[in-house]
Amino acid sequence: MELAFLEISELAEKLRNKEISSVELTKYFLKRIKEYDGASGLNAFLTVTEEEALAQALEADKILASDPHASVLTGIPYAAKDLFSTKGIRTTASSKILDKFVPVFDATAIEKLNTEKAVLLGKTNLDEFAHGSSTETSAYGPSKNPWDVTRIPGGSSGGSAAAVAAGLVPFALATETGGSIRQPASLCGICGWKPTYGRVSRYGVIAMTSSNDSPGTIARSVKDLAITAEILSGHDLKDSTTSVKEIPNYAANLRSDLKGVKIGVPKEYFIPGMQPEVEARIHEAIAKLKELGAEIIEVSLPLTKYGSLVYAIVTPAEISSNLARFDGIRYGHRSKDAKDLLDIYDQSREEGFGDEAKRRILTGAYALSAGYYDAYYLKAQKVRRLLVNEFDEVFKKVDALVCASVPNVAQKIGNAKDNPLFGYIADQLNIPASMAGLPALSIPCGFAKAEDGDAIMPVGLQIIGQQWGEQNVFNIGHAYQTITDWHKKYPKGYGE
Amino acid sequence: MILTAEEVRKIAALARIKLKDEEVEKFRKELSVVLDYVSELEKVNTEGVEEISQVTGLENVLREDHAKLSEYRDAIIASFPERKDDFLKIKSIL
Amino acid sequence: MTEKNNTNSYTPVIGLEIHVQLKTKSKMFCDSPNNPDETVPNTNICEVCTAQPGTLPVVNKEAIRLGTLLGLALNCKIASSSKFDRKSYFYPDLPKGYQISQYDKPIAEHGYLDINVDGEVKRVRIRRAHLEEDAGKNVHPEGLGYSLVDYNRAGTPLMEIVTEPDITSAKEARIFLEELRNIVRYIGAGSADMEKGTMRLEPNISVRKPGQQELPNYKVEVKNINSFKFAEAAIEYEVERHIQMLSEGQTPKQVTMGWNEKASQTVEQRSKEEANDYRYFPDPDLPVLNLSDEFVSNLKAALPELPAAKRLRFKEEYALPDEDIQNLVNWKELTEYFEEVVSEIQAWIQADRSKEDLLKLVKMAANWCLQDFSALLNAAKINPSESRVTQENFAELLKHIADAKISVTAAKQVFAQMFEHGGEPDHIIEDLGLTQISDTAAIESAIDSVIQANEKAVLDYKAGQQKSFGFLVGMAMKELKGKGNPAIVNEILKKKLE
Repeated sequence: MELAFLEISELAEKLRNKEISSVELTKYFLKRIKEYDGASGLNAFLTVTEEEALAQALEADKILASDPHASVLTGIPYAAKDLFSTKGIRTTASSKILDKFVPVFDATAIEKLNTEKAVLLGKTNLDEFAHGSSTETSAYGPSKNPWDVTRIPGGSSGGSAAAVAAGLVPFALATETGGSIRQPASLCGICGWKPTYGRVSRYGVIAMTSSNDSPGTIARSVKDLAITAEILSGHDLKDSTTSVKEIPNYAANLRSDLKGVKIGVPKEYFIPGMQPEVEARIHEAIAKLKELGAEIIEVSLPLTKYGSLVYAIVTPAEISSNLARFDGIRYGHRSKDAKDLLDIYDQSREEGFGDEAKRRILTGAYALSAGYYDAYYLKAQKVRRLLVNEFDEVFKKVDALVCASVPNVAQKIGNAKDNPLFGYIADQLNIPASMAGLPALSIPCGFAKAEDGDAIMPVGLQIIGQQWGEQNVFNIGHAYQTITDWHKKYPKGYGE
Repeated sequence: MILTAEEVRKIAALARIKLKDEEVEKFRKELSVVLDYVSELEKVNTEGVEEISQVTGLENVLREDHAKLSEYRDAIIASFPERKDDFLKIKSIL
Repeated sequence: MTEKNNTNSYTPVIGLEIHVQLKTKSKMFCDSPNNPDETVPNTNICEVCTAQPGTLPVVNKEAIRLGTLLGLALNCKIASSSKFDRKSYFYPDLPKGYQISQYDKPIAEHGYLDINVDGEVKRVRIRRAHLEEDAGKNVHPEGLGYSLVDYNRAGTPLMEIVTEPDITSAKEARIFLEELRNIVRYIGAGSADMEKGTMRLEPNISVRKPGQQELPNYKVEVKNINSFKFAEAAIEYEVERHIQMLSEGQTPKQVTMGWNEKASQTVEQRSKEEANDYRYFPDPDLPVLNLSDEFVSNLKAALPELPAAKRLRFKEEYALPDEDIQNLVNWKELTEYFEEVVSEIQAWIQADRSKEDLLKLVKMAANWCLQDFSALLNAAKINPSESRVTQENFAELLKHIADAKISVTAAKQVFAQMFEHGGEPDHIIEDLGLTQISDTAAIESAIDSVIQANEKAVLDYKAGQQKSFGFLVGMAMKELKGKGNPAIVNEILKKKLE
């Protein structure tokens, strides 16, 4: 049975038709994980929760049998980036400092999926504490891109992206702060949704950049993303930055044409270093959108290039503060060599954090320190307001923006090594929208040959909406997927 | 913007990370690269611009003053690396 | 000795930093209970106040209300736009590695508190007052090489109040603190009890040399002060220490000192942070607070009568001496009780008594509240409203004394009964047979027998020995079984001995 690459609604139908049970479906995906994952395989999963998953699947089957109005996610397996706190289940943030850490509570996103009776198969690999764009900073080794295992899957949600791309789970929870959903989705040829900041609760998601972090999903189609968006969105009393705005019926509202929709193409997003083939795919995609009835308008966002710079200050600054709690005192790794109290701090953090985490903590502490606050953090937050204003202006003219998600296809594992600017450059097309808290998607729009080697790798189309404009963004993506089938493609070598 | 090793050590002390000597040098170089990279921001005119720290535009998010004992209390204590009765135990605060 | 603020002598320059615990039900940023009396460690904790990964703060509405109220009571300007900032430093009692506090946009600023120092009004300016969360508590068992941390207090709401360095003596500091404590209690913001730690003080002290106009170029912070008495003693000690050093041409080191109770001196303390770079930045997890004019003015209107106003009113309305007023006002619950007794008195005194009579009764009520009642309350460690003596019965007892139905001595007995077992004065007086004898015939007859039986004393008195009069009065009282109305006994005895 070709279950591995089916969409959520297709699987949901099979469950309701009793073609398969949730327990069988769960076992099916668990088997695939055993076969294709692991340290010698894709290394997408850090923890597989077989027992718990089967127990959840059993529960789901009961609900499916008794409740005709059971949620579409009932009994559907998923994975969660190892940044989401899962009660009683190891959560590491891909860091040695949390290697054996077990949270005492569930993140709100997990609670919501539990309520829907979705089935958690395990926790996926990421760049340590989400600092990175390739999973190479993970304490547990990088994940591999299923399309070419010598290449990165992107990051920081690389494990989630690889897992979905290889058909190990139908969908996965991920987070984005500056490209961490869009970039890996693009490099792995699947769909990723970064919500409007404040749309989805951050409660229980290990914090990186508090003013940016947006928990979202990675799945096989825009429709799937819309389904998960309806479930995950919403006000949370435990997260003061969530909105009380009502949640539209994202999935039901999806359209298959784009008549009357104005789409902006920002010229600054066609940067000099962009791969020509990638650029070609984007233009082809834009042509398709025009076919669907959209009006394509060229726009300009001159401040785009400063996005990454703002990010490079604000992110480490907030990280340096958010990671202060990892100190060996109340939980997590505590150094055995500690001779006194200060040692507990100094040694535990030295031993527990990887290089990128240290780099960002130090940069951030510097940017916030006395005498430098105005020049760095304050300045960055002022430029950030200008970025927000610039987007506000452009969204007076258009309903959404489209461009490439990443200027190139996946590069080889090892290329990014010790380049402190790697992430900022890789994510430069994603960061501006992140800094402004806007919603965005990345969906596959074709393939391009890698510039270093022969691999034919996926290309992602990015769609950015205005604040709270998820529906527009989903509509555009879904309409595109009614006349193209890039999202139905999957890599060879994974059993189907 | 080039940082000195002294400055790196000072920041590391603030951040409570005991860097090895090689690390001090490594991070000195890398931080300098990042600080150089961001120095371009000086070119942007931000005169009269107010900084933004909350893109949602939310204000006055408050909770009612109701107290409740947490169901996680025992689990939290159980995860203390070292305990004495119900206290968290650590090396002596000098 | 009050230091005079005059440039021909060494003048202390003292600023106070006070932390007041706000009496909310739950903590500042989570719903764990806020209970300063909890004895079992790590009971009132949750994933938020122990900084578990992924947790987020949510502001307590009541803390904002109490903080604003306190700011208003201190005559501050309330910020229309305020925010929370992160203050970073590492310490085991600070779970997140940063404290959520307020840096450049505190909730209240530029206020003042007028205090009465030796009959003169002195204004102490309040620089700012802001909200923040408290840290946990550390316990250091002596010599055992380890410390213990309790997070019950971590995350509870505090108001940090900072004065300008307007205070010029230890005495002034003490008076300021007492007044602040009263204000906090009067508005119901907290218990402000230094011994319990719900109000904490860190004075910043320096001394101007004679003739020095500008502020001194150093200041010393003192920690570990947990009572008003120690506050005064520590400040006095420090001031002396500074004067000593300055007079020898030295400048005191700018360090943190700790008050050592046992040794009655300050000792230099190791600072907990070598480099106090707190790296303040706005907390991205908390949206701004925009307090509307309406919100602020509603709260201002809701302010109860504050101690200063109450003292003024008591002086005008009740003409009580200053010391009585001060002692009453210092005990909020007693003041409330006292006023209720007074209104009971006013109810039955309306028609037939003069204003003078009323004031006499009010003074009597004050005396009884401050002496007998206070003594019993303190011994039982309760507040007036928790006692068995109702305001009504209290007033009635006073009425009986004023009407000479019973003697003062008898009244004390009755009062003690009322306190122990409750009950109405009339019943108790009857039960104990304490009704005072004011019947002149009975008194005359008793005095007659006493005069007859004590010839020597009578002769001694007539010869000029005053003491004998007292003796005869005593005998008469004994005859009357202690229930004789003393004034009438005295009057009649005197008349009969002429």
